[in-house]
Amino acid sequence: MPAILSIRDVRKAYENGFEALKRVNLEIEQGEILALLGPNGAGKTTLISTICGITLPTEGQITVGGFDTQADFRSARNLIGLVPQEINLEPFETVLNTVRFSRGLFGKPRNDALIEDILKKLSLWDKRQARISELSGGMKRRVLIAKALSHEPKVLFLDEPTAGVDVELRKDMWEVVAELKAAGVTIILTTHYIEEAEAIADRIGVIRRGEILLVEDKQTLMAQMGQKILEVQLTGPVTEVPASLAAYDLSLGDDGRSLVYSYDTQGERTGITALLNAIAQAGLVLADVQTRQSSLEEIFVGLVQEEEKVA
Amino acid sequence: MNWHGVLAIYRFEMARFWRTLLQSFLSPVLSTSLYFVVFGSAIGSRIQEVEGIQYGAFIVPGLIMLSVMTQGISNASFGIYFPKFLGTIYELLSAPVDHREIVLGYVGAAATKSMFIGVVILATAALFVDLPVAHPGAMILFMVLTSLSFALMGFIIGIWARSFEQLQLVPLLVVTPLVFLGGAFYSISMLPPIWQSVTLFNPVVYLISGFRWSFFGAADVPVLFSLIAISGFTVLCLAVIAWIFKSGWRIRS
Repeated sequence: MPAILSIRDVRKAYENGFEALKRVNLEIEQGEILALLGPNGAGKTTLISTICGITLPTEGQITVGGFDTQADFRSARNLIGLVPQEINLEPFETVLNTVRFSRGLFGKPRNDALIEDILKKLSLWDKRQARISELSGGMKRRVLIAKALSHEPKVLFLDEPTAGVDVELRKDMWEVVAELKAAGVTIILTTHYIEEAEAIADRIGVIRRGEILLVEDKQTLMAQMGQKILEVQLTGPVTEVPASLAAYDLSLGDDGRSLVYSYDTQGERTGITALLNAIAQAGLVLADVQTRQSSLEEIFVGLVQEEEKVA
Repeated sequence: MNWHGVLAIYRFEMARFWRTLLQSFLSPVLSTSLYFVVFGSAIGSRIQEVEGIQYGAFIVPGLIMLSVMTQGISNASFGIYFPKFLGTIYELLSAPVDHREIVLGYVGAAATKSMFIGVVILATAALFVDLPVAHPGAMILFMVLTSLSFALMGFIIGIWARSFEQLQLVPLLVVTPLVFLGGAFYSISMLPPIWQSVTLFNPVVYLISGFRWSFFGAADVPVLFSLIAISGFTVLCLAVIAWIFKSGWRIRS
């Protein structure tokens, strides 16, 4: 697959000396969904703004569909749709006119059938004559998505699209994203909801302090960095972890009715056999045993904390 | 050229005008009528004629210019400031439109609105006084150039402004005094000689004089000077706007 978005050595420094992006390099393939994770102030929105033309990069080059975002900004921007983080809408205009305006602004002739289709998919059709100021927060966010889709972009940026919205909209949006992906649209998503990235992304990028820490296939990332957790249920409660089990770094769970053990699936030895033997020797009786994979959230928190320790 | 983009901006801006049509229409009609009551009847009854023109008719070009200038500025400055204030400017900055298209859309709409108001005032005035138009072509040219150039100036103010207060500052503190002191309600030949010389530094004098000439064929300053003044002002505003977009000043970090 060719890269539809290519970011090479992009640096963004402000006049006060703050370096929001430090030589970012990233290639995004056509049709993939990339989730960009990072703590607040990591540079996610700056990166998106720089690609879309809202801010200019200090150094480096960005191409979208092979078009340079500065030298050939019209061709590049024609391919891009942006759903911003903030709900920025003209409050006195109607939903329909607001969405039509976006299509016109991107140089496309009026297409009522397409706008109707977009508004219906986003459950906005019934509200098409309503003023933006009459809509709820969730509805306004749908309008932002409709505006971004109105000119049929090939690359869609969703900057925290589900921040503060209800479960229903989040599911609607995931469905729209799945449809767009099926139609070949490339999606770059920033989010604080890691389960969102886990649910819909193909690849995960982690950004911190203006640097991309890693970009990895979601499954590979989870397999590589995934810790598993073994929870041993006991027949009776204990007040503390027996001294003979100290080497396993166990913690007590469920009011002392279970022992929790973390292990690395990629390690040479998981230590499970030895642990179970040691538990039996300590005189504890097992009621049940279960394991679970650590979530992307746990991986993310671990990764960022690790980097912070290094820094 | 992204003409769809220009038209989209123009329509979106005009929609704001139509939404407040009653206010846009009634306000100039009411204020013009008040000017006629105060200046035309109360004062006009004592002055009667200025340079052979009935006083009520004499003030009409100045009244129209006052509204065209202030409306041009306020419409264009509000038009570009509002997206900055709301944050909707993100869309403009990320769309495939260049600065020429943005200016055409916003300034075109603002100039259209101020010309509309100019025509409404003209029509209202025609109800009160006999209003001959000696040079209709020149009248239209002056009105178009004035609304365009002041809309360009308003666009600059809208980009410069960081608050609604600043948005009002220039029209209130600069434009209105210049218009009132620019011969809107009197001929500069009525002033003492020293003030006649001072007033020639007021650029608005040239615009009102030229516009008045298109009605009555009489002017305070040669019409050519008026044309040069308004054209020069338009070019100056265009140059400032070109610099703003090139440098990204107050719009793109």
